Amino acid sequence: MTPRRRRLFWVLGILAGVGIAGALALRAFQQNVMFYFDPSRIAAGEVKPGQRFRLGGMVEQGSLARTPGSLEVRFVVTDFRHEVPVRYANVLPDLFREGAGVVAHGRLDASGTFIADEVLAKHDEKYMPPEVARSLKQNSASSPAAAAAGEGH
Amino acid sequence: MVVELGHYALILALMLAAAQAFFGLLGPALQRPRWLAAVPSAACGQFVFIALATAVLVHAFVSNDFSVKYVADNSNSALPLFYRVTALWGAHEGSMLLWILVLSLWTLALVANAQHLPPFFAARALGVLGVISCCFLLFTLLTSNPFARLIPAVADGHDLNPVLQDPAFAVHPPILYMGYVGFSVSFALACAAMIEGRRDQLWAHWMRPWTVMAWAFLACGIALGSWWAYYELGWGGFWFWDPVENASFMPWLIGTALIHSLAVTDKRGLFKSWTLLLAVTAFSLSLLGTFLVRSGVLVSVHSFAADPSRGIFILGLLVLMIGGALGLYAWRAPVMKSAAGFDFISRESFLLFNNILLTIAAAVVFGGTLAPLIADSLGLGTLSVGPPYFNPSFLVPILPMLSLVALGMHARWRRGGLGEARRPLLVTLAVSLLLALALSLGVYAHPLTLTPIGATVGLWIILAALLDPIDRLRRGLRLPASVAGMSIAHIGLGVFVLGITFVQSNTIERDIALKPGEAAQLGAYQFRYDGGQDIMGPNYEGFRGQVSITRNGAPVSVLYPEKRRYWVQGTVQTTAAIAAGFNRDLLAALGEDVGAGAWSLRLQYRPLIRFVWIGALIMAIGGVTAVIGRRREQSLAARAALPLGAAGQLRGEGGTP
Repeated sequence: MTPRRRRLFWVLGILAGVGIAGALALRAFQQNVMFYFDPSRIAAGEVKPGQRFRLGGMVEQGSLARTPGSLEVRFVVTDFRHEVPVRYANVLPDLFREGAGVVAHGRLDASGTFIADEVLAKHDEKYMPPEVARSLKQNSASSPAAAAAGEGH
Repeated sequence: MVVELGHYALILALMLAAAQAFFGLLGPALQRPRWLAAVPSAACGQFVFIALATAVLVHAFVSNDFSVKYVADNSNSALPLFYRVTALWGAHEGSMLLWILVLSLWTLALVANAQHLPPFFAARALGVLGVISCCFLLFTLLTSNPFARLIPAVADGHDLNPVLQDPAFAVHPPILYMGYVGFSVSFALACAAMIEGRRDQLWAHWMRPWTVMAWAFLACGIALGSWWAYYELGWGGFWFWDPVENASFMPWLIGTALIHSLAVTDKRGLFKSWTLLLAVTAFSLSLLGTFLVRSGVLVSVHSFAADPSRGIFILGLLVLMIGGALGLYAWRAPVMKSAAGFDFISRESFLLFNNILLTIAAAVVFGGTLAPLIADSLGLGTLSVGPPYFNPSFLVPILPMLSLVALGMHARWRRGGLGEARRPLLVTLAVSLLLALALSLGVYAHPLTLTPIGATVGLWIILAALLDPIDRLRRGLRLPASVAGMSIAHIGLGVFVLGITFVQSNTIERDIALKPGEAAQLGAYQFRYDGGQDIMGPNYEGFRGQVSITRNGAPVSVLYPEKRRYWVQGTVQTTAAIAAGFNRDLLAALGEDVGAGAWSLRLQYRPLIRFVWIGALIMAIGGVTAVIGRRREQSLAARAALPLGAAGQLRGEGGTP
């Protein structure tokens, strides 16, 4: 092999490797990226059936219900225009509470209940997840309650 | 009044940093050797004033001076003294001060070792460090002054975030910053080499120890952070692919590539421009990390401060410094090209593969970390990228990289083939394969196909790293520090790989509601909840549960997980209880009172999790061994080679600092 051909061989090999790695990473990315939806966009039918996504909003006051002695909890996530009931069967994070912002990962079931497999509220109590704050702000034009909640942060 | 002194000291430090940059860069450029004398003095003065400013802020925390906004926001008179000191880096302003302090420490270290470097080269490198210091001092003074007063002062402070009230938090940020900021020295040396357009490869020889030290600190810092997150955040994970974790991991990956490519440049004069590019990239990623953490553009558990105007300032800095360095690179790198060949199966080509694969791995992390930011700014919707993306994508480049480590260690420079190392390598591979199968099928029965592969790779790296030292010892040869360091670091890597493999495939996690007396089974271990009681701490109240663990009926451990409520901020915090062991950790964390006398509990069994952190620590020890050992060998060799009194002449000829 001449040095020139050897170098060509090297470059082609490296390009092929990078290409394969890139393609695999992109595939993993497409399959695993999670989009964010608030209850209004879910009500508008933007979520594909069976799609795993992030749900964000406020935990509605007085909506938290628990089967005594079990992990099973139900609560309602609201953006003050629409609501989504949520079911969850794991330990809730420390900062989870009614009237506070929350982000949950999971899927919608056939009846429109969000089955969460992960609930996040892991920031300090001043903290509002930015996407929740933003969607509340967008909705605040039509709802004074949302405006108040959005302003508070 | 004392506080204003701190502020004033910081302004003086800025002036001295400017002088350091000015004389350091222009002195050599305008051929004014006499200007060079000002550079080390400016650097030392800068350190003194930054240390003074830090001392002033510590004093404000210790004396509970709540007329200082930063103290009022991050401390409280009920906070124990120890945490009042570490609260210094509990939020944005103080961490910037820490960043600057660490930079001035590295600058001071370079000054102390500058006599080994040509005067113009050293001055230029210090000048570049001066520019960086200037930028960060300006940033701190203009957008995040830790000495800003709070008028009127408050009676008591808002308290330190309870998550940060932990001994690990006292050491994690300083060590992490030592690593992060340490790459600034490699960056400065690379810039100095490019400014001079050096055709030799001495700069690589000078850069090596600095890069390895920074890399070792960063490894320790990341491991400490992971350990802290593991037990303090309470839910037992040790790596979340969180943007802030990624921000420190990317420079580490590139730093690892840099160490290996520096070896080639130093030994063989190859890969010069690639090495320079890596040095620029490693520090750029450190800067980007600061940007990601501090601008609050990314959602993260660590982003305690969020302020977009700071983000724009840092973005400007990024563009200025990275753009400047890359411009310099485009201009000078062609001059510094290297021309020499090597065979397909040689040390050089394995190190090239190492570099390519590590760079791809860093790119994978980079893409995943920045994708939400890019999608958001392009209006493609709000998305998030998590472990389901990172775990498989990261493995694609990293698994081949790890499989080549054993071969790369034993391949010869330049010449083709593995030589006499072929047989021992095959033997160790066979032994590792058998051991791995025994481990993953016998001890940790689990169906994952990746488990035996990961275990084989980890064991092979360890055994192959032991070959050379054992061979030398058997033949009665001395073990040079560089070989010892490399072997130790690779053993650390193998231990780390073993840990990750088994903790990823054999962890058992269960969330469960238990009444007193009820139990849950995790593998061979039985966790029984015995009930609990209310407790009272210095600045919190809470509930402490008791969980007894038995294995086949024999008692193993009793855990006391807590749920605390901190009075000042009203924050609720889970404090997990962990029974740590060499080969497994058992964890219990309290969820909440779920009614009917039951508590929700999170219970975990994690095999070999300690290997992950121990492995990282061993890697760092390997790096430090190579640097310190080599330095000692060189000074001994210099003393032996030269007649007494002449040893001093060696200085200035470009030995290793």
